[in-house]
Amino acid sequence: MSDRGGTLQACVALLKRDVTLVYRRGGDWINPLLFFLIIITLFPLGVGPGAETLARIGPGVIWVAALLATLLALENLFRSDFQDGSLEQMLMSHHPLPLLMMAKVFAHWLTTALPVVALAPFMALMMQMPAEVIPVLVAGLLLGTPTLSMVGAIGTALTVGLSRGGVLLALLVLPLYVPVLIFGTRAVDLASSGLPAAPSLYLLGSMLVLALALAPLAIVAALRISLE
Amino acid sequence: MQAMPTDVTPGLQIRELTCSRGERLLFEGLSFAITPGTGLHVIGPNGSGKTTLLRTLCGLGAPDGGRILWQGADTREYRPEFLRQVAFVGHAHGVKEDLTLFENLAFARALAVPADPYRPRDALARVGLAGFEEELAGTLSAGQRRRLALARLLVIRATVWILDEPFNALDGDGIEAVEALIAAHLAHGGLVVLTSHQPLQSLRDRVDQLRLAS
Repeated sequence: MSDRGGTLQACVALLKRDVTLVYRRGGDWINPLLFFLIIITLFPLGVGPGAETLARIGPGVIWVAALLATLLALENLFRSDFQDGSLEQMLMSHHPLPLLMMAKVFAHWLTTALPVVALAPFMALMMQMPAEVIPVLVAGLLLGTPTLSMVGAIGTALTVGLSRGGVLLALLVLPLYVPVLIFGTRAVDLASSGLPAAPSLYLLGSMLVLALALAPLAIVAALRISLE
Repeated sequence: MQAMPTDVTPGLQIRELTCSRGERLLFEGLSFAITPGTGLHVIGPNGSGKTTLLRTLCGLGAPDGGRILWQGADTREYRPEFLRQVAFVGHAHGVKEDLTLFENLAFARALAVPADPYRPRDALARVGLAGFEEELAGTLSAGQRRRLALARLLVIRATVWILDEPFNALDGDGIEAVEALIAAHLAHGGLVVLTSHQPLQSLRDRVDQLRLAS
C-alpha cells in the first residue's frame, strides 16, 4: 500500500528534521555530553585518585551520570515543538502516531545518548576500570539508554504542558530508571570479577523490547492528555 | 481496515456538540453542517469557545458530548481517514524557527497527504514570501510566520481547512492574499472553518456565520 510508504517517509522526515534541529541549536547535544563529562570528573576529585576505589565505584558512577545526562536532555524532547505548535501538527497527522513518536525518540537518542555512550570508554579509563570490562559497559549502555530515552519520553510527554516540569519529570522518571541502572552496573561488576555478564545484558535487552512495545502507546496517550 | 460508509452526506456535520473548559460550559447542543464549497466563520466574544470548537473539530480536544461526522462517518471512529482531509493552522502556527522556509514546507508535506505537483516556490509566492525560500523561519516577522503557516495549506492536499485567527498579525495585503487563498479553496469544493475578529471582506457572501454566545 502506498500509504505505508508514506508513513515510512514521514518517520524518516521527522528523524531528519529532529537531528537537523539539534545540530543547528548546538546546546541540545553538547550540554548533556558536558554534563556527563563533568559529573564523572568530579568523582576522582571528590573521593581521591586511588585506583582501587575508583575502579570499584566506576561502573555505578558512569551509569548514574549517563542516566542523569539522559534526563537532562529529555526536557527538550517535546518542549519546543509544544510551544510553537509543531506538536499539534504532528498529532493531526494521519500517519500512526506511535511510529512517528518512535522516530522522534530515536532521533533524540541518536543525538543525546549515543555521544554519551561513545564517550563512556574514555570515562571508564579515567575511573581506572580494567580495559576488558569496557565492552560490557558499552554493550550495557547501548541496550539500556534507548530504554531510558523511551521511558523518559513518557514522563516528558506528561509534563510538557507544565511551565515548570523539570523537577516533576525527575521525580516521575528516575524511579523507573532503577531496573536499568541495577542491571547495567551489575553486568560490569560481573565482568570485572571474571563472571559472565550475559544474563544481565539479556535482561537489559528484554527491558528494551518491552519498552519498544509499550512506550510508544504510552507516549501518544500522554501527549493527548497534555495537549487537550 | 473498514471501508468508510458509502451512502454519504457530503461535508462536515456537527451534531449536538457540547464542550466545556474546566468547570465552565462553553456551548451545548451545537449542531450545524458545512457542505463542500462553503465556509463557516465562527464569531463570538473572547472566551466563548471559538478555539475550543476548532480544536475539537480537528480532534485535538475531545467534546463532552455530541458527534462530528465527515461524509457521514464519525470522525472519532475514522480518525486517520478524517485527518487525511484536514489541515489546521492554530494560534501557535507550527513554524519551526531553526528550519528554512522550504524545510518547513517539506516537513508539513511529509506529515500530511502531499499535494501533487509540489510547487513550494509558488506557494510561498502566493502568500507574499517570494525570495525568502532559503532563509531560516526564525528571521521572519510574526506576520510573515503566519503567512508561512498558511503556505503550508498549499503544499498539502486537505479538503477541510480549519483556521484559528488566520488574519492575526497580517497586514492589508496579507489579509487580501489569504482571503484569495480561501476563496480559491472554496471554489475547488473545499471547506473552511475559521475564526476572526475582523469582518471578512471579499469572502462575505461565500461564508456563513456562526455566533457563539459568551
